[in-house]
Parts: sequence; C-alpha cells; structure tokens
Amino acid sequence: MTAGRPKISVQDLAVSYGRVQALKGLSIDILENEILTIIGPSNSGKTSFLRCLNRMIDLDLQARVNGSIRLGETDIRRGLTPEDLRKRVGMIFALPIPLPLSIRDNITYGPRMSGLRDKAGLERIVEESLRAAYVWDEIKDRLEQPALKLSGGQQQRLCIARTLALDPEVILFDEPTSGLDPISTAKVEEAMRELRKTRTIVLVTNNTKQAARVGIRTAFFLMGEMVELGPTEDIFTAPRDQRTEDYVVGRFG
Amino acid sequence: MKSSFRKAGEFAIEKLILLSGIASIVFVALIFIFLLQEGVAVLKHTSLGAFLGGKFWYPISNPARLGILPLILGSLLVTAGAIVIAVPLGIAAAFYIAEVAPRKLRAVLKSCVEVLAAIPSVVLGFLGIALLVPFLKRFLGLPTGLTAFAGSLMLAFMALPTIITISEDAINAVPREYKEGAIALGATHWQTLVRVIIHGALPGIIAASMLGIGRVIGETMAVMMVTGNAAVIPETLFAPVRTLTATIAAEMGEAAKGTPHYFALFAIGIVLFVISFAINLTADLFLHRGKKR
Amino acid sequence: MRNEGLKEKMGFGVLFLATLVVVVPVLSIVVLILVKGWGALSWKFLFTMPLDGMRAGGIFPAIVGTFYLVLVSIAFSLPIGVMAAIYLSEYARDNALTRTINLAIINLAGVSSVVYGLFGLSLFVVFLKFGVSIVAGALTLGIMTLPVIITSTREALRAVPQSYREVSRSLGASRWQTVRHTVLPRALPGILTGAILSVGRVAGETAPILFTVAAFYLPKLPTSLSDQAMALPYHLYVITTQIPGIPEGYRYGTALVLIGLVLVMNIAASVLRSKYRKKR
Repeated sequence: MTAGRPKISVQDLAVSYGRVQALKGLSIDILENEILTIIGPSNSGKTSFLRCLNRMIDLDLQARVNGSIRLGETDIRRGLTPEDLRKRVGMIFALPIPLPLSIRDNITYGPRMSGLRDKAGLERIVEESLRAAYVWDEIKDRLEQPALKLSGGQQQRLCIARTLALDPEVILFDEPTSGLDPISTAKVEEAMRELRKTRTIVLVTNNTKQAARVGIRTAFFLMGEMVELGPTEDIFTAPRDQRTEDYVVGRFG
Repeated sequence: MKSSFRKAGEFAIEKLILLSGIASIVFVALIFIFLLQEGVAVLKHTSLGAFLGGKFWYPISNPARLGILPLILGSLLVTAGAIVIAVPLGIAAAFYIAEVAPRKLRAVLKSCVEVLAAIPSVVLGFLGIALLVPFLKRFLGLPTGLTAFAGSLMLAFMALPTIITISEDAINAVPREYKEGAIALGATHWQTLVRVIIHGALPGIIAASMLGIGRVIGETMAVMMVTGNAAVIPETLFAPVRTLTATIAAEMGEAAKGTPHYFALFAIGIVLFVISFAINLTADLFLHRGKKR
Repeated sequence: MRNEGLKEKMGFGVLFLATLVVVVPVLSIVVLILVKGWGALSWKFLFTMPLDGMRAGGIFPAIVGTFYLVLVSIAFSLPIGVMAAIYLSEYARDNALTRTINLAIINLAGVSSVVYGLFGLSLFVVFLKFGVSIVAGALTLGIMTLPVIITSTREALRAVPQSYREVSRSLGASRWQTVRHTVLPRALPGILTGAILSVGRVAGETAPILFTVAAFYLPKLPTSLSDQAMALPYHLYVITTQIPGIPEGYRYGTALVLIGLVLVMNIAASVLRSKYRKKR
C-alpha cells in the first residue's frame, strides 16, 4: 500500500512568534493517500506546522510565516482564499469541540456555510459522513439532540464526520485521541486507515505507539526542525539519527 | 453565482461594522466640536480669565457679567462634601460585601447596590425636596434646607454604587494567593484585609473613587433640585449654592439663541466636558495599572 | 492574641455599619415611594390626560412620550452599539485605533447628562433643524446610551469560547459567517440584557431631554417623530418644582410609575442574566 504523487509540497517553511522560532525552514512533500504521522516532544513545532497547512495559523496575529506551500499545483497563500482552502484541507482538534448545536446542525455547518441549501442533499451528507466516521449506528436516532450530550469518543467522531461533510482532500489530525478511551481511540484509528484510501491524512501525535500503528511514513520533529523522515517501520526500528532513536526509545519525551 | 452575491453582502456588512466601531470616536469629536462652536463665542464678550475667575454671575443683566467662579466653587463644594461622605462609606461597604458578608447576604447586598444605581436622578431629587430639605431645615435650624449640604448628601448617595462596584472588582481581583499566604503566616482575616488586600486593590480603589467623582461632578437633576438657586460664592456648606450643571439646566430655557448668556452656558458645558475627560482618562490609567499588577 | 480578635470584630462591625448606611436608605426609598404612591395609581391616573394644570387627571402623555423616546433611541443605539462591539471583539487589532475607540467609549460614558442636552440641542435641534422633537431627544439619548450597549455586548461576545470560532473557521466559514452563525447566537442573551438595562436608563434621564424634546404640557399625544413630547422624568421634575398645589399622592404616584418602570427593566435584565449563566 504505497502512496502516490505529492499532494502538498512544503518549501522552506519558517514560523516565528515574536523572537521565538517555532519552525526553522522546513521542506517536505506530503504524498497522496498516505498517512504521515509527525512525532516529537512538545514545542517542537508540530502543531504550528499543521496549522500552516490549512492556514489556521493566520488566526494567530503574532505568527510570522515564511516559505511556500502548494496544494497540488496551487500556492495556498496566493492562489486560494483561506475559506476555500479549509474546505479542501480539514482539521480535527485535540479536544472534541462540538458546536453548541444539534448533531445534524453540526454536520451540516460546513456545507451550509458553503451555500448548500438543498435539504435532501444535506440529509444525505449527514448520513454519509457519520457512517464514514464510524458513528452512524450509535447516534442515527438522535440527530436532533444537542451534540454536547454525546460521550467524548462520540463527540470526536462527530467532529470527524463534520469535517468529512465537506469532502476534503486532506485531513489534518492534531493529537485527536489524547483525551479518549482505548475503544474510541481504536475507532478513530480505524477511521483514519479507511479514510486514507480516498484522501491524504496528516497526523500529529504525542503517542509514539499510535504513530507506529497508523503511520505509513513518520517524521520526527525536534525544536522546530524535521530531524528525520522515512517509512514508519524504519523510523522505529532503524532510525538514522541518534536523536530520533533517543526519542523513539523513550530516553526523552 | 450565489457566492459572489454573498461575498458582496459580506463586504458591505464588514464595512458597516468598521464604521460602527469608529462611531464612538466620531460622536465624542462631534460633542466637543458642537460645544466649542457655540461656547467659544463667549470670548467675544469676556476674556478667558474673567470667565473662569470672575466672581459675579449675572448673565441677564446689561452688560452681562459672566464669571463662573461661584459656579465652579459651588460644584467643588458639593462634590467635595459628597466625596468625603461617599468614599470611606463606599470602600468600607465594598470590603464588607467582597470579603466579609456571607454568600447569601452578598447577593442581596449586591442587588441593593444595583437598585441604588438604577434610581433615576430626578426621583432622588424629588425625595430630596420632599423629605431631606425640610428635615435639614428643621434639624439644623437653617433658614432653608436647600443647601450645598443637601446636595452633597444626594450626590454621595449617587456616587456610592460606582465606588462600591468598582472597588469590589478591585478587591476580588487581588490574587487569592496573597490572601492565603498572609493567613498561612498567621494573620487574622482583618489584618490580611488591611495590610495585603488594600495594598493590592489600591489602584482599583483609587480609580473607583475617581470615577465616582466624575459621576458626581456631572450630576444635574438631583443636585439642581436641592441646592437652591444662589449663584454666589458659597461661604458655608449650609447655604444655597449653584453648580455648573444646575446652571445649564436651569437657565438654558431662558437664554435666547445667540446671546452672550447662551454662549456662556455652552462654555460651561465645555468646562464640564474637559473636567470629565480628564477624570476619566486618569481613572482609566489607574485601572490599567491595577490590572497589570 | 485576644487583642487581634477584638480588633477584627470591631473592624468588621464598622464595615457592616457602613454597608447598612448604604443599604437601608435604598430599601426605605423604594418602600416609601411604593407606599405613598400606590394610592394614586388607578386606571384614570395611568391612561388619561392631565387636567387642571396637571393637578388632576392622569399622566398618560408622559408615559406615551417616554415610550416613544425609548423605542426610537434603542432602535438607533442597539444596531450601532452591537456592531461596534462586534468590531472591537472580532475584528479589531491591538493598535492605536482600537485604543482610541476604547478611550472614546469611556469618555462617552462619562459625559454629564446636561452636556448631552447641550450637544443634542446644538446638533439635532439647531444644526440639523429637527427642532425640539422626539427624534432629537431620542438620538441624544441614543448616543448617551451607546457605551452601555457596547460594553455589555462586548462582554457577551467575549464569553463565547474561542474554540467555537476556531472550529467554525476550520470548516471554511469566513469571519463574518462565524460571527453571524456561531458567536452572535450564543451572545444574544447577554446582548439583550444590555439592551434592557439601557431601556431603564433612557426612561429615567431628564437633563438630555430638557432642551431637545421635553414639553411642559401638550394637549394632544405626539403623532410623529418631529413632534414634541412629554416624558415621565421631566413630568416629575415639573410637578415637583414648578407647579404648586399638586396633591402629594400624585407626585409619589408619578415617581412610583417611573421607578417602577426602571426597576422592572433591571429585574428583567437580572433574571435574563442569571438564566443565561446557568445555561452555560
């Protein structure tokens, strides 16, 4: 199960907040239909990197971003509005954040903001997205209820469904299972494996075991640099850099 | 496409939002400009020094004498009296409510303060005339109860909610660690209060007092109804006076447009505007200093 | 050690006394007006025109005038105030313009009510030639009440969690869409609270309407925005200070209606505020 051509091309990406450099000149190609996991200790720039890919970093007024990122052929800064970009590159956050709406309205939020009004179409999207997030059977009878009433694991899968409703080509996961129980974690990981068949997945995780389970390629970030990038198996069994080995083995974390 | 329609609508509304944001600046500027426009004309009839320092306010005599010193002193006297009463009372009440009162009582007390803040000025003035003024006359044996003192009492009452709520905020903003640290070192609640909390809340309390003063200087109706009508330099607290605000309210109806009297009233408005501007600016600086700590 | 305990008791006692001195008069005032004014309240008092130089009859035109003033001034200040608060909360950056706006709001809040009256007179009555009219008075009151609405709306917006905005943006919504569909609906109770409080304030203000709208006595009710109007606070002022021989109950009755209106607004705002807090 190999991945294809570059879906996202990052060239010399640098991010700073005031005097602090969060990312120091990073270049990487994210391949189509792969699951790229990014591991590394806190403050190594993983989340800043992720937030560059869908320009969520624009919301941080202190952040300065340099370098270029292409989605396919298009420069995401110059060729695309942030809104259109985010419909093609979705994001799942660390804590499940359901909007204070019903389950149905949560899922249809993205499409409605895009202008979709057709009720039948929206209903179809609701069912398809919830199925793809492995949560349809559990909540199909409760679509009117407030999303906040769901359990943590269900809420996170709801958030995945919500993102899927826009049919994004890329999905960014920022430590999505850090607050979840093992069963929900397994369901989310299963969803990722299934989703990558039709989309590209980038997963940031603090959990090296998760990276080993799920990732096709793994990148190790340390203090704003990408130290090593390679097939997951290589990173974990035969890393080339000493720092990678130290982290993967658990000498620091 | 529907989307370009939506984008145009969004552009328009975001511009409206920006304009509304700027609106406050525009309104302040307008107030200042329009006051200035009419008020500055008073300088055709009198010099700035004679206006601010002149001891005689006879605006309808011919030639008009437009010295507002008695009015300034009237305002100062009534305000000073109000502050002397309201600041200690308000701070003490704020401490009680914030630190000492049991929780259920606290909610009731806060509601009472809110009610006090909501009472319209004219209602207080009405009660002042109906009850306070005759009471003062009888109790203090004065020729009339319409005095600066009555005004001070009214204004003190009106300043209290401002002083109390903002001091309360300042007291609550003192980090709990300061309090707990002091108590852990063996201090009683009272000692902690006096030493630690006052120190931490001081900028906020000062700001509260200043904002209370600001509120009081600008008060019109209540003070107009109980301080009598004597635009002369006050000699004692227990005689009638006139404040800057009451002068405008009482005389604007009689001042024909374009007369020196008319311009002079606007000039008094400028004086009031500048005073409240200065007080609010200073109080705001104190509030921010308090927050930064 | 016992000395400290005694000091503390005395200290707290003084604080308690101070609080009593503040609170007892407030309660007394409300009770007094209620007791002395209740007798005057009647259908005739509330809904008929004044007679005999306002010594008899009712205060209906004053109530109507106040109603119109409140309506028009809120219609003016609510949209502007809410949008200004949206600007400050969702769009403004930390720069000189924002600081100036904040300073301007603080100043608008601090301007004396009678100075607002002068301003309203020179801008709306004279310069814009609206004359002494409901529209002049309502616009003056509207500007005066703007800081209240801006501040309470801003607080309501701030209370909406930032994470909601992030989620909305990450789903491809624009900044305005996020405000309109996620932030504003959540903030609505808080905004409403501010609006209700404004109503209370506008209803009770006298000085700004002295030269801009208030009429001593009108034989007919106002029918358009350019008419003069009577108003409750001004009416109370007039019957207290300008007209002798008014029955005491009549005065207290007017005060009761005015203070009743204001307190009802405050209570409504409080109830709304606590329901809103519980929901969150």
